[in-house]
Amino acid sequence: MKPRLTRLAAIFGIGLAVALGATAGRAGEVAPRPIIDKTKGDCVLPADQMRREHMNILKHRRDETMYQGIRGGKQSLRACLDCHAVKGDDGKPVSISSPKHFCRVCHDYAAVKVDCWDCHISVPDKAAGHAALKFRAGSMRAEASGLKSYLEGGDK
Amino acid sequence: MSGQTPDTRVDEARREFLRNAATASVLTLAPGVTLMTAGVSEAQAKVDPGKRWGMLIDTTKCTSGCDKCVAACKAENGWRAEEGSPTDPQWIRKVDVKDPKTGFAMSLPVMCQHCTNPPCVDVCPTGASMQRADGIVLVNRHICIGCRYCMMACPYKARSFAHEEVPENEKVPWAPRGQGCVEACTMCVHRVDAGGIPACAEACDKGAIVFGDLNDSASEISKRLAQFPSYQIRADLGCDPGVRYARLP
Repeated sequence: MKPRLTRLAAIFGIGLAVALGATAGRAGEVAPRPIIDKTKGDCVLPADQMRREHMNILKHRRDETMYQGIRGGKQSLRACLDCHAVKGDDGKPVSISSPKHFCRVCHDYAAVKVDCWDCHISVPDKAAGHAALKFRAGSMRAEASGLKSYLEGGDK
Repeated sequence: MSGQTPDTRVDEARREFLRNAATASVLTLAPGVTLMTAGVSEAQAKVDPGKRWGMLIDTTKCTSGCDKCVAACKAENGWRAEEGSPTDPQWIRKVDVKDPKTGFAMSLPVMCQHCTNPPCVDVCPTGASMQRADGIVLVNRHICIGCRYCMMACPYKARSFAHEEVPENEKVPWAPRGQGCVEACTMCVHRVDAGGIPACAEACDKGAIVFGDLNDSASEISKRLAQFPSYQIRADLGCDPGVRYARLP
């Protein structure tokens, strides 16, 4: 009877220690956090939701882009980069090869590999020298340039 | 137009509505429960099922030795072909053909023919090889497993396999390429969705490539197709390519 009680007490003790340790860990910020620049405004969703749902939003957008041609906007991968890109020692945004990259800060810790950057460029467009999609003058399709000028307040 | 007549106010409101409709919205119902409004996405959708994008290539204007369309495609989509490499990607290539009996020669660019009945889409085991509602045939490289069935199925040898890793400094934001995926001409889908024309058609200073909507009888391409005889490569296969070739006067 006695050894059994001791064992139970030991198990309980270990459990308590683990729980306490975990609480202490959270309070002491053991897990790394990405640097969020609040001056750039609010994110697409509140932080706790972004932590849980960012992958679903990106996946949803991915399919919208492929099948419906919807690009850009707040939910695009480019928008993530524009706000969250971290500058390296040289003052330029770091690529995914650096552990400072905002995706890697958490994903390295969680040991989750992100495939996005195998194909997608991991620095903002400007940093990579891509200003914007360029069209030669007059090469916009007629109906599209008409709509563009209409939205911008030009002739109907 | 000076002063705000009721008419212009309505017009302004309409423009404002259209501009706002283009920005996505996510409605938070409760913490952790969000509703991404589908209607907004629909308003943004660039793929119009009523359209059928196609190209007409005028082989009388295309000259042998000129590869401006190929160079433009490379620059736009960030691929390159090493001289003599057995694994190089080719989204578009220039082909010189000659009738040995008559000596008649011509030069033409060949790329994905964006078939109405694409065999590459039929054989794809994952659904990665796909056709948009407006007829553009794409590889959804998010779900491509690199099996290369589509490359075997394509009668035009239009698809390539990305053998090499794409270095960070060669990546293009609007045309991501990935090692281990099949890739091909996208008819510059990013440019078309933004209201432009494909890079090859823009780069051809001889006007040999005409891009447009085959369903719209008023479009330049439809007018020319109605006026002059044109042909599809291997039309006998029944794939009904959206890219047509013609010897226009």
